[in-house]
Amino acid sequence: MRKILVPHPILTLLITLVWLLLANEFSAGHLVLGLILGVLIPQITSVYWPERPKIGAPLTIVEYALIVLWDIVVSNVQVARLVLFRRSDGLRSTFVTVPLDITAPEAITTLAGTITMTPGTVSADLSADGRALLVHCLDVDDPAATVAQIKARYEARLKRIFE
Amino acid sequence: MPIVAEFLIAALIVVGAFFLLVGSFALAKLPDMMRRLHGPTKATTLGVGSVLVASMAYAAVVRGTLSMHELLITLFLFLTAPVTAFMVSKAHILRDRPERAKLPPTGSEKGWATLDPSPGSTDELAGFER
Repeated sequence: MRKILVPHPILTLLITLVWLLLANEFSAGHLVLGLILGVLIPQITSVYWPERPKIGAPLTIVEYALIVLWDIVVSNVQVARLVLFRRSDGLRSTFVTVPLDITAPEAITTLAGTITMTPGTVSADLSADGRALLVHCLDVDDPAATVAQIKARYEARLKRIFE
Repeated sequence: MPIVAEFLIAALIVVGAFFLLVGSFALAKLPDMMRRLHGPTKATTLGVGSVLVASMAYAAVVRGTLSMHELLITLFLFLTAPVTAFMVSKAHILRDRPERAKLPPTGSEKGWATLDPSPGSTDELAGFER
């Protein structure tokens, strides 16, 4: 019964929050309208999204968000420096393969998105069996170290959050 | 409005504008498609981010109201930028033969998803000359 009424509780909360942010003011009316949308939309779309992703370790989520925000700032400065002060043909750009330990689609999506937003890396493709991620690096000394850093810094935490 | 707040907001806008400019410059300067992707995906996030923080600070200090829907713009940007970059690079891998030859192996018997459709999925590449 609970599964039919509220198929994705976190999505319900998220939609309500997004609605309140869109309205840009907090009032009882907006809260009720947001809750109605938050209950109806997951019910209507649950056909397309039957699995409920497992999300745990709230502290790790906060830690992950802070690390990613910090890395975004650092990566912006790094990329800006590379673009402004380095000759383009001196950039050692290369593709690397990141083998994946995580299997949850949500976790892989988050990892691919994070890689694109952080220092000098863009995720380019996923292997057909979902076991490896193709990543393009803008300027890299040691491809193996980059892969190890992605796995230790992001993937290990995502594994704790989603699995 | 207090002079400190004024300086802070102005500084945020200048920093934001600088990173947006660098992002667009990278798009023009870098020599090939994959490297060009790096500019807009990153420099834009911090650029737009600091302009939005400036907007929130302005609303809080000058108008005395709490304006939070800037957070939504950040959220939507974080959702769309990586997906766009991913689709652009997939299209590039599909179309560019020399680039395809440079791809590293996947480490398993399956290839990269763009070039090797997984079993069970509809073969979208069926009519495509490889």
